[in-house]
Amino acid sequence: MPLLTRWFLRSAIVCLLIALALGALSAALPGAPAGPAFAPFALHLLVVGWATQMIFGVAYWMFPRVLPGRSFGSPVLGWTAFAGLNAGLLLRAGFEPWAALRGSGPWTGVALAASALFQLAAVLGMVALLWRRVAER
Amino acid sequence: MPRASMWLIRLSLLYLAAGAAIGALMLVGKAGGRLGWTLALRPAHQDLLIAGWMLQLVFGVAFWILPRLPERSRSEGTPRLVVVAVLLNAGVLAAAWGGVAAEPALAAGGRAAQLAAALLFATIAWRRIRRYGLGAEAARLSGPGGH
Repeated sequence: MPLLTRWFLRSAIVCLLIALALGALSAALPGAPAGPAFAPFALHLLVVGWATQMIFGVAYWMFPRVLPGRSFGSPVLGWTAFAGLNAGLLLRAGFEPWAALRGSGPWTGVALAASALFQLAAVLGMVALLWRRVAER
Repeated sequence: MPRASMWLIRLSLLYLAAGAAIGALMLVGKAGGRLGWTLALRPAHQDLLIAGWMLQLVFGVAFWILPRLPERSRSEGTPRLVVVAVLLNAGVLAAAWGGVAAEPALAAGGRAAQLAAALLFATIAWRRIRRYGLGAEAARLSGPGGH
């Protein structure tokens, strides 16, 4: 299993655990105002942090490799995707609930825009990497 | 990888890129300002990513990976998978558009098309979900209780 896949899969598991912990906290404290504020982040932790990251890791490992040399594809794109996805989620963890609870200020806007850009760059990088590996054999 | 799988997986990657781009706009829109209107795109964001990306990717990979019946050719099921792809993609686009434009009939039609795609896919996948190395005759004899 390639190194990038191991990082994707371990990070996905961490995201799953945090998302489930947030869900448990939210269920245990139904009246807390932080519950609804964290709900969109918790959902994205599941579908982006857990499911999409798990798919990226396994696809990078298992999809047919590019000939000649049976390459996994560009490591720069792969690591950019890993870093962008997780940096974007981290920024989102802090600033999306903050914007919901305290209202948005200029720094919140910048941080959310950066989070959006990081996640979008991650997705586009991984799509570009996997595109060549999705081929008829 | 069969050609049909290749196209389903590539389509799913396109939906991922489009859904993520909409999601990025929505996240920026949460900070207010001129992109606040993008929050109304949430139905499209959800449909593109759940059905267009994840479901379509799973269909494409499953058609490629699931064990084939020994007596069947590699292209077995391809015409049905093409119909699955047409139904699923029409369903995703209709449900997304119907959700954003607040057209419940269109959204419901899209969901029905997605359901039809999933049912048809089940007819392709059902018999291929079985033990490795199990010949057709052994599969018939082992019946539903076989391991």
